[in-house]
Amino acid sequence: MQSTPLVSVENLSHKYGERLALDNLSFTAGAGEIFGLLGPNGGGKTTTFRILSTLIRPTSGKVTMFGFDLLAQPREIQRRIGVVFQSPSLDKKLTAYENLFHQGCLYGLSGAKLKERIGYLLDRVKLADRANEYVEAFSGGMRRRVELAKGLLHGPKLLLLDEPSTGLDPGARRDLWQYLRELASTEGVTSLLTTHYMEEAAQCSRIAILNAGKLVAMGPPDELRATIGGDVITIQSSQPAELQKNIAAQFGLNAELVEGTLRVETERGHEWVAKLGGAFPGAIDAMTISKPTLDDVFIKKTGHKFWVERETANDAKDKKKKGGR
Amino acid sequence: MNLEAVSAATELPPAPGIFAPAMSLAKRELVRFFRQRSRVTSALLQPIVIFLFFGSALNGSFKPPTGTELHFREYLFPGTIAMIVMFTAIFSTISIIEDRREGFLQSVLVAPAPRLSMVLGKLLGGTALAFIQAIIFLLAGYFFILPMTPMALLESIGVMSLMAFALSGLGFMIAWRMDSTQGFHAIMMLFLMPMLFLSGAFFPDDGVPVWLSWIMKLNPLTYGVAALRQCMYGEKTFVFLPDFKLSMAITILFAVAAVAGSVAVSGSRTTGDLQ
Repeated sequence: MQSTPLVSVENLSHKYGERLALDNLSFTAGAGEIFGLLGPNGGGKTTTFRILSTLIRPTSGKVTMFGFDLLAQPREIQRRIGVVFQSPSLDKKLTAYENLFHQGCLYGLSGAKLKERIGYLLDRVKLADRANEYVEAFSGGMRRRVELAKGLLHGPKLLLLDEPSTGLDPGARRDLWQYLRELASTEGVTSLLTTHYMEEAAQCSRIAILNAGKLVAMGPPDELRATIGGDVITIQSSQPAELQKNIAAQFGLNAELVEGTLRVETERGHEWVAKLGGAFPGAIDAMTISKPTLDDVFIKKTGHKFWVERETANDAKDKKKKGGR
Repeated sequence: MNLEAVSAATELPPAPGIFAPAMSLAKRELVRFFRQRSRVTSALLQPIVIFLFFGSALNGSFKPPTGTELHFREYLFPGTIAMIVMFTAIFSTISIIEDRREGFLQSVLVAPAPRLSMVLGKLLGGTALAFIQAIIFLLAGYFFILPMTPMALLESIGVMSLMAFALSGLGFMIAWRMDSTQGFHAIMMLFLMPMLFLSGAFFPDDGVPVWLSWIMKLNPLTYGVAALRQCMYGEKTFVFLPDFKLSMAITILFAVAAVAGSVAVSGSRTTGDLQ
């Protein structure tokens, strides 16, 4: 209905001291979208989240949401957005109900309307029976659900989420995504989220890939994957550089060397696997063929792997499993 | 409840005013206080312990201020109230540092409630905590140490609350930029303890060196303590104390400056966490 997009970011830059954390980022997001900011840690996505949620002021650039200018009318934006932080924002000494009640007071809700919203949301995140327990006693996943309820309490049409699935088990992750999609389709709620999980990004309606503060690619995940022709063959070798030369000499095939692994983008991948395997049996330790993933998009655009700091052993394991897909 | 009907009715709530968010924040401070039993216990015992120790230890060295025949415990009583108010009010603002570390503050900072209402919420919370602790001691004193007229009692409560509010603001300004509670304690020892001791709470400015008496004259807390003393004694013409009206005026000014300062300071650092 609106001519201006719900969220519009133009030439946004941010410096922490001398360090340029965000470099000239521009994008727009429309109503009902699930827009993902994908990137490794330090890519600039959390900085973007902080600017959009009004926590920090950008060094330069222009942001409008709901047609309001972020710098000129932050209050009008704050009333209309729901913010879900990555780090906990609950008061552990209060009950889930009290946390939400307090949140409601900060957003102009009161009385019967506030109670009704709390009841509805606690029910929605399946914590209605735990409403009067201290958040202290909740598991990590339950706390995340209260955080989500907190962000949605005042019925925002735009939800900002920073790494929403961090600390959620796979089941809870699925629930979250189902809920975000439901919100988008039934209430037209736009979600703008940051993530460093490739398969989470793949579920977004559109994504922007950030690396070192710069936008490297933007579009629907399928379209981005389609920019890579055919299949991706990944070859593990003990002498990758030599193999790369030999492949080029014998087949005229361009294999990229990315951090010790050879990557070949080509049509008819399965035929090439057979040919390469036959030609260099001793030099190849392992070879996989796959349809291009967002990982491949990232590698193609930046020339290096999607490097993510190992936050916890679990996280790292998670990534490995997914990397193999 | 028809969930579909509720979910559909999500029109934009009215812009929050100053009062409701402030009250909710202040209430939260109280709820947190009463849920931490060790805080409640120490709050009740601390003033009694200090009054007994100070009263017994310093009794011999006390000289009544010029032109009075006050007993030491009568002199010490208003000073102890001032001390309770100061410690409780200022320490209550440590919760700002905790809120920042625990992440709670970030959700307050992105909420549309005006910054002034956040400041007032914290200050009123600190005031209420100080009030609760001081009132218990004040009532005990009313019955056992320093009999007062009911009017004097009410006036004392008023002055005490005003001081609590101003001192909460002072604590807010210190706590806002602090990253650790240790840093806060350091400031407390370096800056706030002298402020308390040089306020006339425990000894009058008779006979102190001239430079020290000037510090006492420039200390805003001196006037709060003086106003409190005059209310409690029911007599407002002591020569050793500054004029009552002047004391009240400076204390009110102190409170207003504390709120203004807190609002200004809270606009300067907006990140809700410590990264």
